[in-house]
Amino acid sequence: MKVWLNNKEVETDSITVSQFLEELLLPRYGIAVALDNKLLPQGQWSETLLYEGMRLVVIKAACGG
Amino acid sequence: MYSEELEKISWSETTARIYAKTEADVCRALGKERCDVEDFMALISPAALPYIETMARRSRNLTEARFGKTISMFIPLYISNACTNSCVYCGFHVSNPMPRTILTEEEIVKEYKAIKKLAPFENLLLVTGEHPQKAGVDYIARALDLAKPYFSNLKIEVMPLSADEYKELKKHGLNGVVCFQETYNKEHYNLYHPRGMKSKFDWRLNGFDRMGMAEVHSIGMGVLLGLEKEWRTDLVMMAYHLRYLQKHYWRTKYSVNFPRMRPSENGGFQPNVVVSDKELAQVTFAMRIFDHDVDISYSTREAAAFRDNMATLGVTTMSAESKTEPGGYSCYPQALEQFHVSDERTAREVESALRLLGREPVWKDWDAAFDLKVY
Amino acid sequence: MEKLVIAGREFRSRLFLGTGKFSSNDLMKRAINASGTEMVTLAMKRIELDDKDDDMLQHIINPNIQLLPNTSGVRNAEEAIFAAQLSREAFGTNWLKLEIHPDPRYLLPDSTETLKATEQLVKMGFVVLPYCQADPTLCKRLEEAGAATVMPLGAPIGTNKGLQTREFLRIIIEQSGVPVVVDAGIGAPSHAAEAMEMGAAACLVNTAIAVAGNPERMAIAFKQAVEAGRMAYESGLGLQADSLVAEASSPLTSFLND
Repeated sequence: MKVWLNNKEVETDSITVSQFLEELLLPRYGIAVALDNKLLPQGQWSETLLYEGMRLVVIKAACGG
Repeated sequence: MYSEELEKISWSETTARIYAKTEADVCRALGKERCDVEDFMALISPAALPYIETMARRSRNLTEARFGKTISMFIPLYISNACTNSCVYCGFHVSNPMPRTILTEEEIVKEYKAIKKLAPFENLLLVTGEHPQKAGVDYIARALDLAKPYFSNLKIEVMPLSADEYKELKKHGLNGVVCFQETYNKEHYNLYHPRGMKSKFDWRLNGFDRMGMAEVHSIGMGVLLGLEKEWRTDLVMMAYHLRYLQKHYWRTKYSVNFPRMRPSENGGFQPNVVVSDKELAQVTFAMRIFDHDVDISYSTREAAAFRDNMATLGVTTMSAESKTEPGGYSCYPQALEQFHVSDERTAREVESALRLLGREPVWKDWDAAFDLKVY
Repeated sequence: MEKLVIAGREFRSRLFLGTGKFSSNDLMKRAINASGTEMVTLAMKRIELDDKDDDMLQHIINPNIQLLPNTSGVRNAEEAIFAAQLSREAFGTNWLKLEIHPDPRYLLPDSTETLKATEQLVKMGFVVLPYCQADPTLCKRLEEAGAATVMPLGAPIGTNKGLQTREFLRIIIEQSGVPVVVDAGIGAPSHAAEAMEMGAAACLVNTAIAVAGNPERMAIAFKQAVEAGRMAYESGLGLQADSLVAEASSPLTSFLND
């Protein structure tokens, strides 16, 4: 199915958000996920199912003052 | 609450620090744009006496820069001398077998009218003893209501109240509260205040926090010079307290007073120490150098000549023609006064003396027109 | 030197470092280590799938260093609160450098939104360190709202112009009940020393170190400047005016000698 990740369409076979993040090789620490502009806490990643057209935002650390 | 802060400041160590100050410490303080409490210690220490002329000049310059060449005028009105306290130095002491007066509403208004005939006073300080049953918050509220047509700035000097009571009085036009801690020496405090509500040190001390929490516009502080032998330590404690209040209740304006006891001629309580004119002047200059914005108030406890001299050197507020007995302006001019007034000139005489010194007496410097809660 | 305490955590170093604008993560890490800092800011960005970037986070993770994620990029209180929640989740800390600057040119903080966001974030359990204008009244309002520090600017971000807001910083430091961290504009160690001499609790420095010819050595220079300034403040600065002498004549106080 296709989901939106940071405003880009991504094709995935993953079922849950958790699997999706693993598929992308993202670490568990240092990132945060938002679904429809609301924080999706880490505790809910494995039970949140992906669906067609889902809009996810994933952030990580960046340099800044 | 300030009682917790005060616990952290040792009286004896502070006293030792004051006496350890050297001329170098004084020079350092005088070289600074802004002084801290350590600098204030140096400025009121004996080491600063040789610098009193420099201090006077600095104090005058700072005062003129901030306040201009003005003196704000106020007048106190005692409305009740009923008191349940037994402060050993006070004429209203509970066991003093004097007749007690609690002015009626008619008498209060009569006094207001009499005051307005003396001079165009707009700043009124209502004073009572501590007698919540006979002259409590309702009574004070009524006196404030009655004062509104005559005065634009109403302050009280009464027993410490709760924050809610201060808030309530603000609705009746209260603008400022004056309260003297008398001394910050907690150990000795009860020697002077053995019984009654005033014997509760922390209740009085934390009254300033309650005034701040109630957002009273103006808070007046003071220690009674003459109680503690180490009067400088008391002043330093007040300086710490002032800084604390300014930090926590920054919307409020502060004033300080240095009420000084004189030896009593007809027996009664004798002060433990008599602060000289020179020392009081030094303290006044030091306070101005320490705090450029605080109001420094001199009452008629001080003699006319001394007040005139100090009027151009740091003092910013003065009372005039004060009576310290209830009804003293009109109803009961012969009643027993709380303390003896030294400057016995009329308000008009004080006014002309100030003008000769190049000062402008200001009768009205506050108007509650924008205070939506009052009217 | 007195220890700095913010929200119950002790800091031995009074120099906070920003992590922007370094030419490499390695250089950034070396500058951080050389500075002795115990608080380091970082920003957040959206991940990109083709991003082969070295992860900056691993270069700054250190048990002695408090991470201070910022909300850079947000334009109002609502966005700041969203960013704060993401940062708490991502970095496992409730500490937050709140910065809201809708203006893309000078990056000047929006006071109204900053106060609003502080009030809400404190209620949500964040330790809020707001970057703000050098406005004494605003700083008191932020303190009342529960801010852990205030971080007024010395000059616009990245300008290296020093303490242009000197007079206001002085008032803020005098009045503040929370540590005052001078943020933005500090372009040279002397600027940092001046802020510390005035009584600032700490300085946050980024550009001046990151873009220096030798960031590692510049970090040391700032470390020393901050320490020197603080020590001077704690020791009581000496005379700045002409030296004073006791005056023999006393035109103003002769009345006291009678």
